[in-house]
Amino acid sequence: MSRQTGIDVAYLLAAISFILALKGLSSPKRARQGTFIGAVGMVLAVGATFFTEIDGHHLQNLALMVGAMVLGVAIAVPMARFMKMTSMPQLIAIFNGVGGGAAALVSITEFLHLPLHQLAVYQVLEVVIGVLIGAMSFSGSAIAYAKLQELMTGRPVTYPGQQVVNLLLFAGSLVLVVVLLVHPSTTLLWVLLVLSMVVGVSFVLPIGGADVPVLISLLNSFTGLAVAASGFTLNSDVLIVAGTLVGASGILLTKLMSQAMGRSLPNIMFSAFGSATTGAETSAEQRPVRSGTPDDIGVALAYARKVVIIPGYGLAVAQAQHTVRELAEQLQAKGVETFFAIHPVAGRMPGHMNVLLAEANVPYDELVEMDEANPQMSNADVALVVGANDTVNPAAHTTPGSPIYGMPIINADQAKTVVFLKRSMRPGFAGIENELLYDPKTILLFGDAKDSLTKLVAAVKAS
Amino acid sequence: MTGAVFAFVAKAATTQAATSTSHPILPALTVFLLSVFIGIEVISRVPSLLHTPLMSGSNAIHGVILVGAMLVLGGATTTAEKVLGFFAVLLATLNVVGGFVVTDRMLSMFKTKPADKAAASKEAAK
Repeated sequence: MSRQTGIDVAYLLAAISFILALKGLSSPKRARQGTFIGAVGMVLAVGATFFTEIDGHHLQNLALMVGAMVLGVAIAVPMARFMKMTSMPQLIAIFNGVGGGAAALVSITEFLHLPLHQLAVYQVLEVVIGVLIGAMSFSGSAIAYAKLQELMTGRPVTYPGQQVVNLLLFAGSLVLVVVLLVHPSTTLLWVLLVLSMVVGVSFVLPIGGADVPVLISLLNSFTGLAVAASGFTLNSDVLIVAGTLVGASGILLTKLMSQAMGRSLPNIMFSAFGSATTGAETSAEQRPVRSGTPDDIGVALAYARKVVIIPGYGLAVAQAQHTVRELAEQLQAKGVETFFAIHPVAGRMPGHMNVLLAEANVPYDELVEMDEANPQMSNADVALVVGANDTVNPAAHTTPGSPIYGMPIINADQAKTVVFLKRSMRPGFAGIENELLYDPKTILLFGDAKDSLTKLVAAVKAS
Repeated sequence: MTGAVFAFVAKAATTQAATSTSHPILPALTVFLLSVFIGIEVISRVPSLLHTPLMSGSNAIHGVILVGAMLVLGGATTTAEKVLGFFAVLLATLNVVGGFVVTDRMLSMFKTKPADKAAASKEAAK
């Protein structure tokens, strides 16, 4: 077996392992095994690459290469391991963005290396697509990161004529692509790189709030396609297979995620969600609400027959997952039937709440998905909403003009009493007023979710 | 999975044909198109619980761009190519390592044995 055959077999095995990894990740039982298989495939592919010969030479610049890898590992491992679990979505955004950047750089570097005047049009096209999509994904992910990390406003950023500007920018880059195909030039390729990054930023700015995770999923799929384009340029099958797998499955996943929010993908990307509701906010803020003491609420909980806890992002922010488990256990010890109702997009990412509560050792069977929880809401005595808002907002059922109209929600409004643990009267992530807060059967307890829950645990114990 | 094998066989077949008249992009295009179908097929039913880990896992998989980055740096001759190649390898390493570590960390939270749970709740009750 020749050296190159050995390398190609390793790449083939790696490609198969990536398919198995994705398959494993779609089932709860085999998800971890799937990740492991994918990692093994990755090690195999990278290891095999060290033995490649280019134009009859071994790989050059090995010291530089290993240096870059060591530096990469030294940065990535602490970041991935020690950032808080609440920052998970941001982490995915960063690691996705750098992948897009790497794909763009690979395409550019290979373009510099190839003899400019012997390039066929299709070869230039491959490079151009890699640069365009990779750079968009890089800058778009950077903005998504800034939004989630609250380095800038998380809300949609809009200005008059934005749609026109975006359209012009996009048209401009398409024109540039055509010019590049006719007259391949390194300078123009750099201009395209910068322009694509601007397009990435302008595309992401108007998307805000709860839509950012869906956006990250879309950008993830973009990076996959950029990697596939680099694969075309380098004539590397493993890059084409892996990049395309991620690109195709990523688009599908993005669609599934937007369906979980009851909206279509174009609606999420182009509607500048939540910007039209500011008028309603100010008028509603003056209305009276009923707030209660922890002791009142503790008694209501302790003497209920059935309590449904509905967690949201506030729980994650306050790091209150252990305290809420403690409260649930207290209630169960008193014979109160207690479970958690999980909205598919509660938190900042689908599955966010499951991860968080699993970390606090809440048993699986107490985590009930929305569709199973809703039929039980009408006979619940207390719906305890911890740091959630949009996912229980009845406007999704009742107000056709609302931006979240049609989104499936947890029907907290059907419970006999609704308790909200909230930091303030500020509306939720989507920026929409919640009528349920003003309902006569609703009691509010203001404050940090962890403090409030600690007080409730004490109150339940005492009663 | 059989699809992937098929894609590679098809590629080998088209490479043979390419020597006479076929366009040189066809082998790569074949692999690409078959991978599109596999990508859609392989994750057709995912519970919403796994949306985030799946996104994170596929994020790690496109870190395979590291292979491409190594190839361009390994063939770089000018300083500009070396600098760009260096950053390509650096960014790609971040992608692949960060992607897998985050995914694993996320999934490790789902995997709680009943025994651990009992122990943990006892501890909490103290």
